Amino acid sequence: MTMKRRKFLAGTAGLAATGLAAGPFAVGRAIAQGAGMSFTPEEGASLRLLRWVPFVPGEEEAWNANTQAFTEATGVQVQIDQESWEDVRPKAAVAANVGSGPDMVMSWFDDPFQYPDKLVDVTDLATGLGEANGGWYEGLEGYAKQDDTFIAVPLCAIGNAICYRDSHMKAAGFDTFPEDTDGFLELCKAMQSNGTPAGFPHGKAVGDGNNYAHWLLWSHGGMTVDENGEVAIDSPETRAAIEYAKALYATFIPGTESWLDINNNRAFLAGQISLTANGVSLYYAAANDPAMSEIAEDIRTVNLPIGPVGESVELHQTSTLSIFDHCQYPEAAKAYIEFMYQPDRMNAWIEGASAYCCQPLKAFADNPVWTSNPVHEAYANASASLRPNGYAGPLGPASAGVMADYVLVDMFAEAVTGQRSTDDAIANAARRIGRYYR
Amino acid sequence: MARPGLIARFVGSRNGLGFLFMLPAAVFLLCFLTYPLGLGVWLGFTDTTIGRPGIFIGLENYIWLSDDPVFWLSVFNTLLYTTVASVLKFVLGLWLALILNERLPMKNLFRAIILLPWVVPTVLSALAFWWIYDSQFSIISWVLMKWGWIDAPINFLGDPGMARASVIAANVWRGIPFVAISLLAGLQTIPQSLNEAAALDGATSWQRFRRITLPLLTPIIAVVMTFSVLFTFTDFQLIYVLTRGGPVNATHLMATLSFQRAIPGGQLGEGAAIAVAMIPFLLAAILFSFFGLQRRKWQQGGGD
Repeated sequence: MTMKRRKFLAGTAGLAATGLAAGPFAVGRAIAQGAGMSFTPEEGASLRLLRWVPFVPGEEEAWNANTQAFTEATGVQVQIDQESWEDVRPKAAVAANVGSGPDMVMSWFDDPFQYPDKLVDVTDLATGLGEANGGWYEGLEGYAKQDDTFIAVPLCAIGNAICYRDSHMKAAGFDTFPEDTDGFLELCKAMQSNGTPAGFPHGKAVGDGNNYAHWLLWSHGGMTVDENGEVAIDSPETRAAIEYAKALYATFIPGTESWLDINNNRAFLAGQISLTANGVSLYYAAANDPAMSEIAEDIRTVNLPIGPVGESVELHQTSTLSIFDHCQYPEAAKAYIEFMYQPDRMNAWIEGASAYCCQPLKAFADNPVWTSNPVHEAYANASASLRPNGYAGPLGPASAGVMADYVLVDMFAEAVTGQRSTDDAIANAARRIGRYYR
Repeated sequence: MARPGLIARFVGSRNGLGFLFMLPAAVFLLCFLTYPLGLGVWLGFTDTTIGRPGIFIGLENYIWLSDDPVFWLSVFNTLLYTTVASVLKFVLGLWLALILNERLPMKNLFRAIILLPWVVPTVLSALAFWWIYDSQFSIISWVLMKWGWIDAPINFLGDPGMARASVIAANVWRGIPFVAISLLAGLQTIPQSLNEAAALDGATSWQRFRRITLPLLTPIIAVVMTFSVLFTFTDFQLIYVLTRGGPVNATHLMATLSFQRAIPGGQLGEGAAIAVAMIPFLLAAILFSFFGLQRRKWQQGGGD
């Protein structure tokens, strides 16, 4: 009963999202699109997609509406299974290994590189989509391409950006947000002495902790391994990053070394901190709560400052779509993905995701979602500033393992809390990285 | 008369029938206990990752772990956590049991209340503790600040020492009911007449406790504490909810480290090796309680 109602709602949302004039012609257009597409589903095909649980209802509605339109256009049923985002990795790995289960997976980070030979080569599909839509963003492409072969199709970057209280920044004597790391440190110092400190997690926060640690390292030019996968963490750049982290940590609210993913949101929304980095969810938590309208109106977002490396580099969170080679209907799966990436479909989805998901293809950068609310703007750059995990080495189980084992998070936390000296923290990280890349 | 068939003879014989009755239990043990344990031990000798079957690499995982400060930190944490929490649970649990064994008004109500921490699902009580220990919103910090005892919130889970104490306190809170109620059951099996006789002979209450109650309670204590130690040693949920092993691995237990390396980290072989490394400690705890605490002589009040 609830399922049916949900499907109906999703369907209507999709119609609304398809555009102004499209309303009654939506189905007809979908079929017309189908005719122009390069992949034809096999006779009697059906598909199963394993995806992460959506963060926002709008995103789920748009995705399901697009899927519904695909089914109407092609007759291919698509069953969508949702898993909480932490469980997608093991589930997909098992499916790849066992050779059964879902046909496609919407997975995180370097997951496709854990079982590249169990995936359908989608170079034709991804190249076609890239050429038609202004090209893939480089960082996202890195998560999908092994050598010259696409083993996945980049889907989105889940953006991370600094969220701060405008009035508190101004009270600290800054009219505009500093763009470089030195100015940022000054701002944090000033905010701390004003009693409105910043806070970034040094605890085992899967998303926020890793985002912060990678930004610290990369913005100073550090890297975990070089292009050949040789450990390269022990460098003057890493030392500079750690010294910078120590100086920044001194300005934080106490207790950040125990923070998990949710703590910075809580502290920010309670007015305990006035600056942190987070996904757009932080803003929406305030905006959707009438009691917090004061905070919501005061929130501004901005990209993390640029360090000595001279460009904006961040980890963010990435998702890709891949097809398992045990899929009986690979053409149908490719057709499905192609359909979902048609401009009006993709744009409807990005819009539905209300700035959570940043476009994988440059042609979608002018999606109205980024200008609909000034808070969204910083998240529009996620795909451009994104750098693949394990930079500058190859992606694979090693890069995934280093992140999952919190090697960088631990390195910075050890040093800023004084538990180890900078050199010892680096040496320990080097050992652990070496182990994964052996 | 025809000889009965082979099956009939087998079922008819004493040993054959016994074997048949044992079969379900044996199959269950083999499939659900021996096989997973054996597989775990085997995985510890391979470099299996999630998504790729491994090859045999001998002791490489253990050699790496022997040189891994994070692993040794987790061993230290686990031993500290188990020892301190178990001793506290034992002392406080025994104390509670003795109080509850006295004639109290509304005794049954108190006994029911004591059980509450044990009844609440661990994850829920862990989440409650997570809030109690929050670095910004801790109720404890808040109250102390209202009273003017402290100026800034206590950094419960951020400072390594505090974090260890905090997770141990949460574990003790949760584990006391099991110890207290089990020991209470044990106390009630001690014949009242022994105590009365001793009292008539002029024994003080401390002497009665030391010479009668404690020796007669040791078999129960041995069993209860074995279980308590095993539960504590393998604790996972509390740590995972409260700290995920932080700050900087100060509260990582072997169980949580094993999970972190094996499932999110994908290094199944290494995770299995960490889990296997727990076995000797667990065996030692079991052997100690069975051969140490269950010695007849000691139970009968003799010296060592």
